[in-house]
Amino acid sequence: MNLIVCLKVTPKIEQIKFDEQKKTIVREGVENEINEADKNALEAALKLKDAAGGKVVVLSMGPPSFEPFLKLAIAMGADDAVLLSDRVFGGADTYATSRVLAAGVEKLKPYDMVLCGEASSDGSTEQVPPSIAGWLGIPHVSYVSEISVVGDRVRARREVTDGHEVVEVRPPVLASVQLGCNSPRFPDFRRKRWAEKEFKLRVMSNQDLGFAPADVGLEGSRTEVTGLSRMRSPERKREFIKGTEEEVAKRLAQIVRA
Amino acid sequence: MAGAGGVFVFIEQTDGALEDSSLEVLGKAREIADRLGSKVTGAVLGEGVRPLAEECARRGAHTVLVADSPLLKNFTAEAYTDVVAGMVKARDPDMLLIGATHNGTALAGMLAIRLGAGLMAHVVDLEIEQGTGMLLGSVPGFGGSIVAVCKCKKGRPQMATVRPGVFQTPKPTDQAGAVEAFAVALKPEDVRCQVVERTVQHSASVSKAQRIVVAGLGCKDDLSLPKKLAEASGSAFGVSRPLADKGVAPKNLVIGSTGSSLNAKLAVVVGVSGAAHFTSGLRNVETVVAVNSDPDAEIFKHADYCVVGDAAKVVPKLISELGGSSP
Ligand SMILES: Cc1cc2nc3c(=O)[nH]c(=O)nc-3n(C[C@H](O)[C@H](O)[C@H](O)COP(=O)(O)OP(=O)(O)OC[C@H]3O[C@@H](n4cnc5c(N)ncnc54)[C@H](O)[C@@H]3O)c2cc1C
Ligand SMILES: Nc1ncnc2c1ncn2[C@@H]1O[C@H](COP(=O)(O)O)[C@@H](O)[C@H]1O
Repeated sequence: MNLIVCLKVTPKIEQIKFDEQKKTIVREGVENEINEADKNALEAALKLKDAAGGKVVVLSMGPPSFEPFLKLAIAMGADDAVLLSDRVFGGADTYATSRVLAAGVEKLKPYDMVLCGEASSDGSTEQVPPSIAGWLGIPHVSYVSEISVVGDRVRARREVTDGHEVVEVRPPVLASVQLGCNSPRFPDFRRKRWAEKEFKLRVMSNQDLGFAPADVGLEGSRTEVTGLSRMRSPERKREFIKGTEEEVAKRLAQIVRA
Repeated sequence: MAGAGGVFVFIEQTDGALEDSSLEVLGKAREIADRLGSKVTGAVLGEGVRPLAEECARRGAHTVLVADSPLLKNFTAEAYTDVVAGMVKARDPDMLLIGATHNGTALAGMLAIRLGAGLMAHVVDLEIEQGTGMLLGSVPGFGGSIVAVCKCKKGRPQMATVRPGVFQTPKPTDQAGAVEAFAVALKPEDVRCQVVERTVQHSASVSKAQRIVVAGLGCKDDLSLPKKLAEASGSAFGVSRPLADKGVAPKNLVIGSTGSSLNAKLAVVVGVSGAAHFTSGLRNVETVVAVNSDPDAEIFKHADYCVVGDAAKVVPKLISELGGSSP
């Protein structure tokens, strides 16, 4: 099976600050990581490869600073990595992002399955995966927690409101994988060294994809942000209850009974 | 004229039961349409779903289109996208709203590409912009800690998925809108995904609970203590997401940006670290009590009463103090 995993690098969101004056998100000094759910998607792909053979290629759209994280994905077991990187791709909403990623997938033909995470931890729109499937014209199965190959079909368990269902579909198909549905493997130490020293990341620019600049990035987006604000949490008392275990329990009981 | 094309709402149903979130969206759509002097069209897809369409026609839709076909019995993103895209092209609405359930989200993402439309994801509020009559959506990001007000600058209709639970369910009225059949041109080979099994059990949402005990990973895998506390204090029970991911609690008990938002008077939060994706679900709680063994835990910034301690010790004491049998 030829498997493509769409992987995004996201800031650690607990380190994000909001500038109340400028109404902007402060990203300086914030560490990055592989988006959590995308590690689950990669693990799901690697498991499929372990079971059925094939190749896992990681695909990402972003700045050159994504490179070390794509190498980390290689160290985890991916066979190849492609970074779609161009200034004109910047500022994209889900419409323009999915358009570029779908074009990247087309470049990696033939493929059987595209795997995504359920959501990115920063944007969390959950819209990029179904939108990629929309551009590619292939079926999409979302919130997948288990996936396997049965004969000529892909069988997936997906979560729905108040329950789950099992679906079967012939490839090619795009699946978005639930955050936390598996335990991503650790990078292999020797593979990591090899990836850092010798692995050559494939980088594709807009010249390779051939979009009119107006079709991608900020300009190619269908939505725009008119303002940002912090969701104010209510002011909390933040009173620390101290004392012996009995005293604490008594005070807590009063609060709970009130 | 802005809004002349009206507001279109996708109404979701599973096995003949309407999704609550669809009715909430319908109510909001009617409010928007009334303001703009336009009309609401609903769309119900499925097999034998005309009674559901009639119900929606009594709850604010001026017209409800029904696509009835065995091929639509189960939700599949591609087949539903085909049919809804056909309806939207026929009606040319100005706005298209969908409840942000798992199925609604999958449909919206594919449909937006098919229609060339802008899409605002799981908005927590919708307004109409003064002067332009355009739809403004409040889109949460960064775990719900930051909200971006967005609009659809290009493409029509202006699309949004709406987070379940943020708008009210409209009451049924005597004035029923029209129900119209919409011819389905799908062929069996257009339905590429086959649903082979489904287990759905409707349960009351924890977002309506007045009191709740919420357990996190700090409770380890044994939830009997916090559950006992919930019982002893007459509270509902909820969890942080990793406990549900590990399978020790059902998904519908998750609190946070991908679960329920609470509206309780009191929430006792035990062994939860306080990540943004979690605390966004506590915003409307009147009083928050947090128990955590780490004095620097982020959760204490979101609590009225803070107890630094081991849940395994604090909780049993509290249970017996409340008159529950000590475990
Ligand atoms: C896209 C996305 C969406 C997400 N959506 C959600 C969501 O909707 N809801 C959600 O909850 N999470 C969500 N998360 C996950 C979230 O970021 C956190 O990882 C999660 O909330 C952490 O759960 P926790 O606090 O139970 O576990 P941990 O972060 O592991 O915290 C456990 C806490 O327990 C304390 N503890 C340990 N032992 C004890 C003890 N004996 N007694 C008392 N305290 C103890 C520790 O000090 C620690 O603070 C999402 C993440 C992403 C990326
Ligand atoms: N820039 C990107 N590069 C690669 N994959 C992406 C990118 N943005 C989103 N994705 C994929 O889409 C999923 C959902 O993202 P989102 O729609 O932003 O919540 C992620 O988990 C990734 O798998």
